[in-house]
Amino acid sequence: MTTHYDVLIIGAGPAGLSAAIEMKSLAPHLNIGIIDEYLLAGGRLLGQLYEESKGQWWNGFRKSEELRQQIQQLNIDLFLEVSVYDLIIKDESVTFFTERGRMTSKYALIATGASEVPTPIEGWTLPGVMSVGAAQVMTNVHRVKPGKQGVIIGVNMLSSAIAMELALAEVNVKAMALPLYSIENEQHAIPKVIFKQVMAAAHMAPSLLAKLGSKILFTDHLKDFAIQFYPKKGIKMWGIPIYMRSAIKRIEGEGKVERVIMVDITTDGKEIPSTERAIPADFVCLSGGLTPLAELVSLAGVPFYAIEALGGHVPLHNEQMETPIPQIFVAGNVTGIEGAKVAMAQGRVAAQSILLRFNQSSKKQLQQRIAQVHEERRHAAIQFHPLLEQGREELYEKWKLEQSQ
Amino acid sequence: MRIHHHPVLRPLQRKEINFTFNGQTYKGLEGEPIAAALLANNIRTLRVHEESGTPRGIYCNIGHCYECRVTVNGIQGKRACLTPLTHHMDINSGEILSTAVRDWRKQHDHSL
Repeated sequence: MTTHYDVLIIGAGPAGLSAAIEMKSLAPHLNIGIIDEYLLAGGRLLGQLYEESKGQWWNGFRKSEELRQQIQQLNIDLFLEVSVYDLIIKDESVTFFTERGRMTSKYALIATGASEVPTPIEGWTLPGVMSVGAAQVMTNVHRVKPGKQGVIIGVNMLSSAIAMELALAEVNVKAMALPLYSIENEQHAIPKVIFKQVMAAAHMAPSLLAKLGSKILFTDHLKDFAIQFYPKKGIKMWGIPIYMRSAIKRIEGEGKVERVIMVDITTDGKEIPSTERAIPADFVCLSGGLTPLAELVSLAGVPFYAIEALGGHVPLHNEQMETPIPQIFVAGNVTGIEGAKVAMAQGRVAAQSILLRFNQSSKKQLQQRIAQVHEERRHAAIQFHPLLEQGREELYEKWKLEQSQ
Repeated sequence: MRIHHHPVLRPLQRKEINFTFNGQTYKGLEGEPIAAALLANNIRTLRVHEESGTPRGIYCNIGHCYECRVTVNGIQGKRACLTPLTHHMDINSGEILSTAVRDWRKQHDHSL
């Protein structure tokens, strides 16, 4: 069975849902479909929960529900629990191969978001070990605690945000610590590198790690911002001790997680001998941050560039969210790791670019939507990388270069 | 393990239903992912590694990693984190599979 659409959107997260709403609101005659393999609409937005200002919560679960209701009111076809595993571009249309058969459209917006970077550590296949995002989804979306007592391995923007959410739900997190240095996790395991990132985050207020950063700044012994003065017993945030001079060496247990083994480390991340001790735990969250989930875009033949500030390999695109393949547009975290509000604004930009193809928009409207992306970026509660703006510019330069050839 | 009271999030309104896992009956909430229903019953091992037999549970919880594969109503390889629970659902964990070629070599190749 083949189903024909004007526009198909892959990914029902903040970017994809916002794009669909924008297009259908302005051009009701367009036939728009959204496909997502999850059982709820909202993507990574579903689990997000943080206090924007005193008493004002960004409640991703509720926001997702609002977006889904708009999708329903606008009669946009939403296909949940449908995985997309391939695509071909032929005769100026895109055909997706999905679990419910082939689906074809004139234009496609790929908004597949991000996935977590796996950070292997000895014992990580034991039941009870999960990515930090898994614990977030269990807690905030399905309201099941990941366990009775746990440890978070990896100190970064994502794990800090989720640690706060777990604390809010009264999940007992006994420690957040770095992984012990290994070839697989070197960028997550060296205290002086992580410390620098946390201090950089302190200047990206009012984000989460910023609170830890400013706490360090105001701790007397740390006035020179040096990692060697970071307290051995950690600094508590949301009641959770955050260690940077101790690391988790391995996870142990008979058939399931029972404990983690912690050791003291030098500022270079080297283990200090005879410092092993056990922390009892029935769950462990691993966190290596987020990276764009872009396999589908690569199947379309879009070139990729590795840009660290954007979270890894990102598909070539411009500020209008076009790719070099005329039928393929991108929006959201597949273009670089940022917050949900930026993703939503990017979705509306992609929508305007696609509407222009159908003569249903104007260059002026498109420019206004692009300006809103910059606005959201400036006011973002969480910035995942201090050099994000430069990363974006770097990619737009690649685009110009490619277009001039 | 269920969070009944949360300071910000409203409670989920869902019907309680029965399902079976490896032949034993449990209670879960209609429409929640199988992985959540099992975790709420304190079940973490969803399958064993097909060759080594070592236990595996959820890892990514959003469909990417395929660590949570279970057999649902006779269909193998369903991701427990993506599959919504239904009344009387019959779920079984994955088992060790035979490795005929390797086992044959073990018996016949004496240099191993």
